[in-house]
Amino acid sequence: MKEDNVNIKDPVLSIRNLSVAYDKGNYAVKDVSADIKRNAVTAIMGPSGCGKSTMLRAINRMHELYENIETKGSLILNGKDITDMPTIQLRRMAGMVFQRPNPFPTLSIYDNVIAGYKLNGIRLKKKERDEVVERSLRDVTLWDEVKDTLHKKGTFLSGGQQQRLCIARALAFDPEVILLDEPTSALDPVATSKIEDLLVKLKENYSILMVTHNMSQAARISDYSMFMYLGELVEYGKTKDMFTNPKDRRTEEYLTGKFG
Amino acid sequence: MPLVSSSLNEWGNMNSAAKITVANLSRRTLKDKLFKGLVLFMSLITISPIVLIIYKLVEKGYRQISLDFIIKTPPNTFEAMTALSNGELIPGGIANGITGTLLMVVLASVIAIPVGVITGIYLYENPGKLLANLTRNISDILQGVPSIVLGLIAYMWIVKPITSGFSALAGSVSLSIMMLPMIVRSTEETLKMIPESIKEAAVALGVPYYKVILRVLIPTGFSGLLTGILLGISRILGETAPLMLTALGSSVINLDITKPTSAIPLLIWEFYNDPNMVDLIWSSSLLLMGMVLTLNLVSKRIAARTK
Ligand SMILES: Nc1ncnc2c1ncn2[C@@H]1O[C@H](COP(=O)(O)OP(=O)(O)OP(=O)(O)O)[C@@H](O)[C@H]1O
Ligand SMILES: [Mg+2]
Repeated sequence: MKEDNVNIKDPVLSIRNLSVAYDKGNYAVKDVSADIKRNAVTAIMGPSGCGKSTMLRAINRMHELYENIETKGSLILNGKDITDMPTIQLRRMAGMVFQRPNPFPTLSIYDNVIAGYKLNGIRLKKKERDEVVERSLRDVTLWDEVKDTLHKKGTFLSGGQQQRLCIARALAFDPEVILLDEPTSALDPVATSKIEDLLVKLKENYSILMVTHNMSQAARISDYSMFMYLGELVEYGKTKDMFTNPKDRRTEEYLTGKFG
Repeated sequence: MPLVSSSLNEWGNMNSAAKITVANLSRRTLKDKLFKGLVLFMSLITISPIVLIIYKLVEKGYRQISLDFIIKTPPNTFEAMTALSNGELIPGGIANGITGTLLMVVLASVIAIPVGVITGIYLYENPGKLLANLTRNISDILQGVPSIVLGLIAYMWIVKPITSGFSALAGSVSLSIMMLPMIVRSTEETLKMIPESIKEAAVALGVPYYKVILRVLIPTGFSGLLTGILLGISRILGETAPLMLTALGSSVINLDITKPTSAIPLLIWEFYNDPNMVDLIWSSSLLLMGMVLTLNLVSKRIAARTK
C-alpha cells in the first residue's frame, strides 16, 4: 500500500495492523492500517466479501457480540485505544448505521431517536429529550416530515425516512464518527440522494466512514477512499486522486468495472 | 401459391392443437372439480366435531347458565334430586370449580412463565451448546409425557412431603409442568423470528446484552410470547387427570393453596358420577369450552395483529 499520499494530521481514528478472523487463522481483514480524517467522508470500496463490513464492525467492537471472532491490532479513536473504553462510551463515540433500516419496531419515532438513552437507562429531562430529538431529526432533515407524528411507530415511515431515522438515532449521542455500512443500498434513488446530501452536510460536525458498493456514490460524496481486496487495504488516498490516477492495478481494474 | 398453402397448413395444425387443448382442459377442470370437492368434504369432516360439540353443549347446557351458576357451589344429591323430580333446574353452581381453576391456573402460570421464558431465552442465546440441545430435547419429551404421570410426580413431590395432603399447590405444579414446554418453545421460536438487525441496532447503541434481551427482544416479541402463554393456559384449563391425584376437589370455595381444591374439569367428573347432576355436566362443559375458545381466539388475534 502506498502510504505517501495519505498524510493525515490529528486523525479521528487510527487503524493499526487490524486483522479480523471469523474462524481461526482465516482472516477476513488482513493487517489493515489507515488514518481516518476528521470532518470528512471516507468511503470504503471493494468487491463483495472483501472485508469492508468486517472492518467497519471492528471499529465499534460489534464482533464482541459473537464468540470465536478474533481481532488483532489496535484502533485508536480520538487518541484513545478503543479496547480501553467501556463499550457504552465507545458506541456513543462511534455511531453505526446498517444496510437495512432497523428502527425499533416497538418504539415511536421520538423514542427511536433517543433509544440510546432510553435503552441504556440514561435519564434525560423532558426538555433535554425534546431538544435531542429535534436537533437529531433536523440534522437528518426529517424534522419537518415527522414533527406532527413523533408518537407514531418508527416502522410506519418509508424506507428512506427510516434510514434517516436510524442516522438520527446515532446522531442523538453526538458521536465522533459515524460508521455506515452501505446505508443506501436498500433505498430508491431519491431516498439515496437525500442521504448523500445529508452525509455531505453532516461532515461539518462529524467524521464519516462509509462502506459503499456504489463507485459513483463514493466519487460524488467522499473526500478519501479506500479500496479493499481479499481482506487487504490495497489503496487509500484522496478520492479525486484515486479515481483519476489509481496507483494499483487492482484498484484500476475495479474502478473501470473489470471486476467486482 | 405455396405461401398460401403453407399458411393454410399452419391454420389446420393450430386448429387441431386447439382441439387437444380443449379436451385436456375439460378433463382437467373435471379433475379440478373432483379435487376441490374432496378437499371441501375433508375440511367439513375436520370442522364437524367442533361444530357438533358446541351445538350439543349449548343445546344441553345453556339452561343451567345463570348468575347462580357462577357464584354458588353445587347442590347436594338430595337437592338435585328434588329439583329434578319437580321438573325444575338444578339449583346452585360451580363457583368452587371456577375459583379453583382460576387459582390453579394463575399459580401454574406464575411458576411456568418465568421458568419457561428464561429457559427459552437461554435456548435462543446458545443454539449450539450441548446443555441447550439437551434442554430443548427434554422439553420436547416433557410435552409428550402423559398428564396423569405429571400428576403422579406432583403427588410425590408436593402432596406427600410439602402440603401433606391434596392441595391446589400440587395441582398447580403438575399443570405448570404441562405448560412449561409450550412456553419454552414459543419463547425460543418468537425470539428467533426477530431480525438480527434489531438486536444489532441495540448493541450498536452500547446497550448491555441483558438489557438488549429485556428491553428490545422481549418487547419486540411480546405478542408471540403472549400467544404461547395463552395457548399454554388453554391447554391446561381442561386438564383433569393430574388434578385427581393432586388437587382432589372440594365442595366449598377454597383459596388456600395448601388445601384440596376443586376445578371445573374435576367437577365435571364428579357430576358424571352422580346421576342426579348430569345436567350440570353440560353447563360446566359449556363454560369450560367457552373459556378455552376465548383464549384461543384471543391468542390468534394477537398473533395475526403482529404479522
Ligand atoms: N459471520 C460470519 N461468519 C463467518 N464468516 C463471515 C461472517 N461474516 C462475513 N464472513 C466472511 O468474511 C469475509 C468478509 O465479509 P464482509 O461481510 O466483511 O465482506 P463485505 O466486504 O462487507 O462484503 P459485501 O460487500 O458483500 O457486504 C467474507 O469472506 C465472508 O464470507
Ligand atoms: Mg458488507
